Amino acid sequence: MNLSNLYGAAPLSHKTKNKPVNFRLPPCLEEQAKAAAAMAKLILLCLKCIILYSTVEAVFEDQVGKFDWRQQYVGKVRFSHFDTHLQSSKKVLLATENNVFAALNSRTGELLWRHVDKTGPEGNIDALLQHGQDAVLVVGNGRLLRSWETNVGGLNWEVVLDSGSFQSACLVGQQDTVKHVAVLKKSVISLHYLSNGHQKWIENLPESETVDYQGVYSGGNGEVYALGVVPHSHIAVVGYSLEDGEIIKQISAEAPWLSNIQASCVMISQGMLTCVDSATVSLYMLDLHVQSQMTQIPLQSLGFEVAPGFQPVLVSTQPNPARQPLSEFFLQLGPEHYLLLQLNNGQIVTLRDLKPAMLVSFATTGEKTVAAVMSPKNKTASTVNLYSAESGRRLLDTTLIFTMDPNGGKPEKLYVQAFLKKDDSVGYRVMVQTEDQTLTFIQQPGRVMWTREEALSDVVTMEMVDLPLTGTQAELEGEFGKKADGLMSMVLKRLSSQLILLQAWIAHLWKLFYDARKPRSQVKNDVTIENLSRDEFNLQKMMVMVTASGKLFGIDSKTGSILWRHYLDNVPSNAAFKLMVQRTTAHFPHPPQCTLLIKDKDTGLATLHVFNPIFGKKSHVTPPALPHPILQSLMLPLMDQDYAKVLLLVDDQYKVSAFPSTKNVLQQLQELASSIFFYLVDSSQGRLSGYRLRTDLSTELIWEVVIPTEVQTIISVKGKRPNEHVHSQGRVMGDRSVLYKYLNPNLLAVVTESTDLHQERSFVGILLIDGVTGRIIHEAVQRKARGPVHVVHSENWVVYEYWSTKSRRNEFSVIELYEGMELYNSTVFSSLDRPHAPQVLQQSYIFPSSISTLEATLTEKGITSRHLLIGLPSGGILSLPKMFLDPRRPEIVSEQSREENLIPYAPELLIRTEWFINYNQTVSRVRGIYTAPSGLESTCLVVAYGLDIYQTRVYPSKQFDVLKDDYDYMLISSVLFALFFATMISKRLAEVKLLNRAWR
Amino acid sequence: MARLIPFKVAVVSTVLFVVCTNIVCCNNGRKVGDVLDTEFSGFSVPLEHSFEVDDVAKFRVRGALVLKAGREPSVSLSQNQLSEEDRAKLKEVAAVDGLYRIRVPRVFLQADRQTERQMEGYLTAFVRACAMVESHLSDVITLHSDVSGYLIGVSIVTIPGACRGTEVEDEVDLEVFNTTLSVMAPVNAPGPETALFLERMEQESEKKGKNPQEQKSFFAKYWYLILGGAIFLMATNSAQPPAGGGREQS
Repeated sequence: MNLSNLYGAAPLSHKTKNKPVNFRLPPCLEEQAKAAAAMAKLILLCLKCIILYSTVEAVFEDQVGKFDWRQQYVGKVRFSHFDTHLQSSKKVLLATENNVFAALNSRTGELLWRHVDKTGPEGNIDALLQHGQDAVLVVGNGRLLRSWETNVGGLNWEVVLDSGSFQSACLVGQQDTVKHVAVLKKSVISLHYLSNGHQKWIENLPESETVDYQGVYSGGNGEVYALGVVPHSHIAVVGYSLEDGEIIKQISAEAPWLSNIQASCVMISQGMLTCVDSATVSLYMLDLHVQSQMTQIPLQSLGFEVAPGFQPVLVSTQPNPARQPLSEFFLQLGPEHYLLLQLNNGQIVTLRDLKPAMLVSFATTGEKTVAAVMSPKNKTASTVNLYSAESGRRLLDTTLIFTMDPNGGKPEKLYVQAFLKKDDSVGYRVMVQTEDQTLTFIQQPGRVMWTREEALSDVVTMEMVDLPLTGTQAELEGEFGKKADGLMSMVLKRLSSQLILLQAWIAHLWKLFYDARKPRSQVKNDVTIENLSRDEFNLQKMMVMVTASGKLFGIDSKTGSILWRHYLDNVPSNAAFKLMVQRTTAHFPHPPQCTLLIKDKDTGLATLHVFNPIFGKKSHVTPPALPHPILQSLMLPLMDQDYAKVLLLVDDQYKVSAFPSTKNVLQQLQELASSIFFYLVDSSQGRLSGYRLRTDLSTELIWEVVIPTEVQTIISVKGKRPNEHVHSQGRVMGDRSVLYKYLNPNLLAVVTESTDLHQERSFVGILLIDGVTGRIIHEAVQRKARGPVHVVHSENWVVYEYWSTKSRRNEFSVIELYEGMELYNSTVFSSLDRPHAPQVLQQSYIFPSSISTLEATLTEKGITSRHLLIGLPSGGILSLPKMFLDPRRPEIVSEQSREENLIPYAPELLIRTEWFINYNQTVSRVRGIYTAPSGLESTCLVVAYGLDIYQTRVYPSKQFDVLKDDYDYMLISSVLFALFFATMISKRLAEVKLLNRAWR
Repeated sequence: MARLIPFKVAVVSTVLFVVCTNIVCCNNGRKVGDVLDTEFSGFSVPLEHSFEVDDVAKFRVRGALVLKAGREPSVSLSQNQLSEEDRAKLKEVAAVDGLYRIRVPRVFLQADRQTERQMEGYLTAFVRACAMVESHLSDVITLHSDVSGYLIGVSIVTIPGACRGTEVEDEVDLEVFNTTLSVMAPVNAPGPETALFLERMEQESEKKGKNPQEQKSFFAKYWYLILGGAIFLMATNSAQPPAGGGREQS
């Protein structure tokens, strides 16, 4: 995979392209040719620069998957079908709310194939119908009709449907063969061939202005019915002939209680439209073949009672679209009460009263249809049983136990895969979807075959936490941590800890010996929560991931295995999350502590969830109740006596509360109040304001900057990362003088976008504001530019990317700040005492692709050069050296700039394939990149998340502090030994020679 | 000629007179004051300051900012001296490490009318009072405007900016403000410099074109090296078959 050979070839192409042009073109064409030639030269110059200056970094083929892993997800399942056309099929088809259509291997839970459509309503999957090997999807509110081949996931055909909002779709069969699919829209119904998608006929629906058509049904008898309702008036059913779309039948029946057919009606038996109404507590039935009134059957007359305040629900099944639906159906009367009913000669017969029952589902295999019912067993488990749909009898030996994760959500949906065993009895497996978007596939009698955590498809924020020390290391640490209490006890303590070390060492040796006897394949090094410990270079960390559904995960960064999960069930749907590490693992014996701030975006009310990031357990520390909306939260570098960093929360009364709020903390806060500043941003009013803490934990407004919202709106405000280290204070110039960096830790980069979006007048504004004093350090406007703007702010530079409306391309711009040739105050930086404005340098570049997200690498000490990590919409993650984004890149190369190793300016930034850190491991819809330093200065850990999660390591300055994997220890040691012996022998020889000479 | 000039003057003045009367006719509905205001386009807003021992802001007028709108807005400041009382108070505030704040009303520099200029709210900034005292009231105030001429922020720094705890003995030093004032509009961020780059490329290629040595193609220049290499390769290839499958050393 190393592409360094390529560079040898590059100059060759350069020389050959420089041939003079001997013929003349028409003037206009010549102009073009000139431009093209110039462009070619431009590219070549860039190539030259790259050859001269860039470092090579890529993954070797044998390193693939060694330091990196990828996990692919699909998102929350909306439709799911088991592939049943073959008995041996191992496929589950999933269509999700993230606009993904995928097939899973039902034995392992791995993805067989996956299709990721556009985000937003354009790619929204409205319906999934399955027939044989084909899966038909309606996509984008009825915009497209697609058919997929489910074995390999290839597209059979795609047709664009007429405009109109999608209502319903169904497969249409006749005489036991299914050849068509019917699509119902707001005002039209169309029929398409399953084989090629061609439209057989399209008909306008009668009176579509008044009638709300919601459902389409076909019972396999050559007729297609569109079911419509005039809310609170009547039902209108239109029957079409399958052959030519001619209206055969039009039925209208009084139904003043009905407003939504799909929610309250199902088709059962021979065209019997059955509805349930909660107001009159009755079933209504309408036979579509015998035009008549709706017959009302009060539930009371059948002896049923609906749970108060519950809307009854009907569930029916049509195993084969070419045949009529079954006459058996479920009626849900309460949250945990179902009835299995049968329509027998116009009479409703109760087959089974199921109480308690949480979830029910029909499944069909061969000619047999069964009903799976999940009922609670105890607090942590529930059972699933099969019932024969025809008789309502419970089938023997079909109990399956589903153990619920105490840290998970409640079951939400039940998908059943039924199959015929050899003795013709029905066997089954179930896939349970829970509230936390987990899919669990279970086999009888309760063996979990796999689980998929689909919540991870929507990671909102994450942190990486160091793993704890091993027990023995911790013991040693503890010895130093405790206070000394006398010589004797110290000696004893030392001896005891040495003994423990010895014990651990012997145990380790024993394990080595024991493992050595076993065959290699049996020795497993599974990472579990028990044997988690920090490795030598702190390369393995705990990834704490927060997902939009409110489920938290602890993932081992080395293997990607999920070590703990915790579902927070009271998270509002529009919550904003902020994850903070209050105490790291460095303070043994205090457990590490993370705090998650969950804020309702509408009300501003927030809650805190405090937990241990290594084990995921909720901490015993009770977080403070927050009665007021929270405006801002900030972590102070202050620590309480238990080494937990102090979190300040500012509410809408501008009062500050601290967490933890012990006496010690409050005292520290009082002492330091006058040096604690914070800022608030109100983008709706364009107001940035600075506050200072007072000793009584109230605040005072000290500065205000108001950006008029009529002209521009604040898009984002970016500070620097608090854990960032800058190793060098300045840059050495070509003439050996030093240009000092302006390293203001309080600097904020505020990005604004103009409200006027006309391409001539739109602009992107960049303000650099000191967060303590409110001083505007720099103010720049990028004219004829538009968002989305991505910003990275680090060290003394800000890099942003925008869309240039004038040139219609993406451009990068970099701003660097320098103090000048001398430092104002080299010992300490204070925002209150920096009267001179920094020098500002800026340069812009063309970038050949749009980008999804932007982040900078981060290392332990900041010695390693920085790279920008760019998530591209194509799924690649590009590691672009910051060196290319340097406003000091000279237009004209001089001796000094060469001395300084500056790359000559070229307006275009190239994307080189070796810069992709994820080689062929595409990360779909990357939304964020998280970087964390490791214990090795050269190495930065990177996690990219979106629909997929990808973890890897990057070495921006190559692995200067690590010996290579294939380092030849043998050679070096043999050379050393050989040299050693050679010296010994020659010494001996020399001695003998001297002695001989002395004798002579 | 000498007679001609008065004649010309007369003509010019009549023309001017006609024009002027025309203008007057046109301007019938206008107030005279408005015209004056736009022509000079200077208007003043108060610059206020506050320094209190208990740090509760009470703003008082420090001076008047006279702003001149236009393509390049300029500003001048006329300010009063600090009274005896204020000087004492400032020193007192400095002693408790209080803040010296200033504020200006939000204004729109480009508007024609006074009523459109003023907007609701103020822009505030601060500096430590001790820095103000120790710098003998020499401060730098910068008004920041946005693209369309709205004032968006104000900043104040003192030179020198540090608080070293030096006593200011002489009361006279705290009498007069020594203020440097400026208005800063946003700078235009540069776009990618394609034109210059292409020009330079052109020049380079021209330079190369003059040098006949460079005109030669790659093969013409290095044919002997390539030939030698090819022969060498052939020789080594025939000597021994390449060891296949050997692991590539990095």
